[in-house]
Amino acid sequence: MFSYEFMRNAFAAGTIIAIICGIMGVFVIARNMSFLTHTLSEIGFSGAAFGVFAGWAPLNGMLLFTVVSSVIVGQLSARSERREAATSAISALFIGLGILFLSLANKNASYATSILFGSVIGISAGDVQQMLWLSLLVLVVVFVIYRFLKFDSFDHTGARVKGLWTNALSITFLVLLALSVSVAAQIVGSLLIFILLTLPAATAKYFAHTVGGMMVLAITLALVGVWSGLVLSYATNFPVSFFIAAIEAIFYFIALGWQRLQTAE
Amino acid sequence: MESAPILKLEHLGVTFPNHPVFDDLNLTIRQGEMWSIIGKNGVGKTTLMRTILHQLHPTHGKISYLPSQGDVKIGYVPQFRNIDADYPLTIKDFVGLNLTGWKLPWLSAKERAKVQKILDQTGLKQLAKRPIGQASGGEKQKAYLAQALVEAPNLLILDESTASLDPVTKTELLDLVTELNQRLKLTVLFVTHDIPMAQKYTQHYLMMTPGKVEQGPIANLTTEKVWEGENV
Repeated sequence: MFSYEFMRNAFAAGTIIAIICGIMGVFVIARNMSFLTHTLSEIGFSGAAFGVFAGWAPLNGMLLFTVVSSVIVGQLSARSERREAATSAISALFIGLGILFLSLANKNASYATSILFGSVIGISAGDVQQMLWLSLLVLVVVFVIYRFLKFDSFDHTGARVKGLWTNALSITFLVLLALSVSVAAQIVGSLLIFILLTLPAATAKYFAHTVGGMMVLAITLALVGVWSGLVLSYATNFPVSFFIAAIEAIFYFIALGWQRLQTAE
Repeated sequence: MESAPILKLEHLGVTFPNHPVFDDLNLTIRQGEMWSIIGKNGVGKTTLMRTILHQLHPTHGKISYLPSQGDVKIGYVPQFRNIDADYPLTIKDFVGLNLTGWKLPWLSAKERAKVQKILDQTGLKQLAKRPIGQASGGEKQKAYLAQALVEAPNLLILDESTASLDPVTKTELLDLVTELNQRLKLTVLFVTHDIPMAQKYTQHYLMMTPGKVEQGPIANLTTEKVWEGENV
């Protein structure tokens, strides 16, 4: 399996994605942003379609659209009660735009499928390198603002009364999330990216005792899902995103069951 | 002998568009004093606290912070908190959240010692590893208090933070605050609707009514005075 360059690239990319998603996912869950993450992945689809239409690499189109829209979403929905409606409106607009750009680009349905559902064979060494740099950027920023981000994510009221710049933190986080979505969409596709950004962390929440522990467990679960997904996809020729989605969903249901047992005891 | 003033409000006023919240408020709070801030809902108690916390700019007047040494540090315990019961956040971690700054993600040995000290002082030592989401109402309030105190504030604001507690837990928490007030010379502003508790635990009061602010020693705050004006 590793004699093929595309599989080596896919494993390298998958490992980077799992680490980024494990870390960012913890904050996505703590900030209750699963729905917004889903929307950003749809915006990613639209951005990739725009990239194809404009003759760019799909990743660059994704980066442009997700980063710009994350700032707009952040501005429109700084108040959480408005977030769901604003997110739905933006989601609808961007899916429509994605379809328009694909149609204008005259690409066939299989191209759309690969953007939406991801692809293993399409990852080049150059893509891996670009993903690595973007991921490092995300990791460095998270490292620098970690204490502020942790305070704001796990105790928003406390962070606000302390006078932390919570709106700026929120927008910074959304931009980091946009970068993570664009990176991770390369393998699992834009439609299923929220799986890796939400499920491993949501599962880890039930087993971990500290935020650090939750991160380590979320990264581990994401790595298990991505690596197993790649192996199974190679062996069966079925889409990798199906296996990753199924594995992460199974982990999550096991965690829910375990949690119920704990509560029942 | 009176202790040194720590906070001075002079002719302070806050006006929201077409709606003056309070006007010409003068108040001097001295180190180690415990004050009750009372008044009906919507009268501007929280607006006053947010002004003291620098979160709102006064429309006019002046606030002076006069700590005897170093900078003024304010610890604030708000009324409501939204903490997910499933968060993997222990009481110890929760208290440490308030230690912010451009620092490494993990707490230093000195910071861990600070957290440990405040857990000891607030009686949370045995509960340090309990997830905050699974703590009882009283334990949570103690954890909120410990978080506010971890940075050694000179001024502590309790903003209706005992409102949802049963009488026994409320007394326990306010006994603890009084003990810290005496031991650390901590100045306390206690925003409350609970007049008996205000009379038991504080020495001064500030009663806010629409268009009027009254203050004085707590002995002057009679139940009749409160009910006459329907002020709580």
